[in-house]
Amino acid sequence: MEPKENINHLFPEYSKYIQRKIIFIVILFILSTGLFIAAILLGAVNIPISSVMASLFGLKSIPEVRNIIFNIRLPHAVAALIAGGGLAISGAVMQSVLRNPLGSPFTLGISQAGAFGAAIAIMLMGTGIMQSTQVGAITVTNPYFTVAFSFAACMVSALIIIFIARLYNTTPDVMILCGVALGSLFSAATMFLQYFADDVQLAAIVFWSFGDVGRAGWREVGIMSFFVLPGTLFFIMNRWNYNAIEAGDEIARGLGVKVGMVRLSGMVIASVITASIVSFLGIIAFVGLIGPHIVRRVIGDDYRFVIPASFLCGVSLLLASDIAARLMLKPHVLPVAVLTSFIGGPAFIYLLLNKKVK
Amino acid sequence: MLSASNLSFGYRKGELILKDISFTLRAGSVLAIIGPNGAGKTTLLRCINAVLRPHKGIVKIEDRDVLQMPSRKIAKKIGYVPQNNKAGNMTVFDAVLLGRNPHIGLRSSQTDLDKVSEALRQMRIEHLVTRYTSHLSGGELQKVCIARALVQEPKIFLLDEPTSNLDLKNQMDIMNIIRKITTDNNLSAIMSIHDLNLAFRFADYLILLDKGGIIAHGSPGNITASILSEVYGVQVELIRHNGNILVKIF
Repeated sequence: MEPKENINHLFPEYSKYIQRKIIFIVILFILSTGLFIAAILLGAVNIPISSVMASLFGLKSIPEVRNIIFNIRLPHAVAALIAGGGLAISGAVMQSVLRNPLGSPFTLGISQAGAFGAAIAIMLMGTGIMQSTQVGAITVTNPYFTVAFSFAACMVSALIIIFIARLYNTTPDVMILCGVALGSLFSAATMFLQYFADDVQLAAIVFWSFGDVGRAGWREVGIMSFFVLPGTLFFIMNRWNYNAIEAGDEIARGLGVKVGMVRLSGMVIASVITASIVSFLGIIAFVGLIGPHIVRRVIGDDYRFVIPASFLCGVSLLLASDIAARLMLKPHVLPVAVLTSFIGGPAFIYLLLNKKVK
Repeated sequence: MLSASNLSFGYRKGELILKDISFTLRAGSVLAIIGPNGAGKTTLLRCINAVLRPHKGIVKIEDRDVLQMPSRKIAKKIGYVPQNNKAGNMTVFDAVLLGRNPHIGLRSSQTDLDKVSEALRQMRIEHLVTRYTSHLSGGELQKVCIARALVQEPKIFLLDEPTSNLDLKNQMDIMNIIRKITTDNNLSAIMSIHDLNLAFRFADYLILLDKGGIIAHGSPGNITASILSEVYGVQVELIRHNGNILVKIF
């Protein structure tokens, strides 16, 4: 965080105000750490804590338990961490550069484009074949083809919005509306494909669109991290620029901020992060929208704190949803996106209506 | 010292808002740009700090071409207080700290915080540090915006209608502050202003702008009532009183 020497002495009130923000971030960190540990400990199969610990720390353990911990629970928990954090900071930055509280990967149509890309791959490239898995779901064979198509569609959607913005010098509000229109267009195109799909293809398309961190293995986690972690660093380095844009474009320009470039780079990187997550895990709605909003309600709009807090809030939301998804209908595992929307929707309305929460 | 030579700018092709504007301003002095609505006052300020890129002309500060400088460097030379100031929804301290943006690297330093403290003191708004900018009065907000420009450590201040929407007391406060910080810090200030009485009272030099061109310029004593009457389309009389020039409009 920023230096506090002398500020304590000069402006104790301001110092306390900053401390409250830091405390909130620490609370989120503790919460997400606790949820991360819980995500490893809890699951459809009951494994004693001692066995989990023995596996994690390389002590003598049952091979089946090690397999569950290292190949299922740990990659899933890390995927939830990377995806939750990535979606939430992407939403926070989109809300900043678009100067619109509705900015998020879902409202900008990027997620819907990802679903369309996957549907194209499943329908035209034959990547969707029904298979039985250990949880009785359907998997998509040759998933990297599907992922590549989904990623490409996400980026096409984002680039169309950016291209329109650059070509017609549109306002951020127009960009949001373009995103809503594109989202609708991609949803309609996906429905069109579904209409002509056979049973297997239809099942594969629908299965893909259920956002689920359970699809991620270590390789997927590695690829997502490749995009999310440098992207997060980029956003943190631009936090002052986002604060300046928050004060208004003209003020930001007067402060030496290249507003157009900051807006463009923010949108492109947020889109790449979102595309990398959506293409591997499917549509996970609400985390990108609600994560930053929860944070803003508590600590305000200062991006020095909003970015790290949004990351941790997104991590907590997705991990909590993932744990609930695994435990609610045990031994069946619900897609996490169902839970994020079930929890996120009412929580969001509560936050909007509860004026006491500031 | 600031000099502008042959500045021309238009939003549309073939339609110039500014036409060959040239002037110089020495350090420590205040220049007021006056003129009717649509004369090009705001556009001129935006061209000086390269928020708008002039089609033609040069702006120099200490013999360096502003338009060739990177934007962060311009922000270190010119502090800009736009019209209809908003400051986002942040605390007063953070809003002023934002002015250090051109100087801040990865994180703000103790120097940055000291500069903010000093500016808050100069503006006498230390008591507002944790107040949100959306909860400030017009006069308080204008002081915050001037403080933000002050921590940029600029050579030149650009202020677009600094007294608009302020009551009489706040108008006088803001003008006295502008006068004081230019003198104390040896800065120059260029402000666009509608209130002719304030312009004549607080500026060292005036530029009367109309339809994008300079109609008259010089010290307040050089601007005549007849030129003002012609440009504004109303009868104006200039009255000398206790060393000040008062503008009376009929």
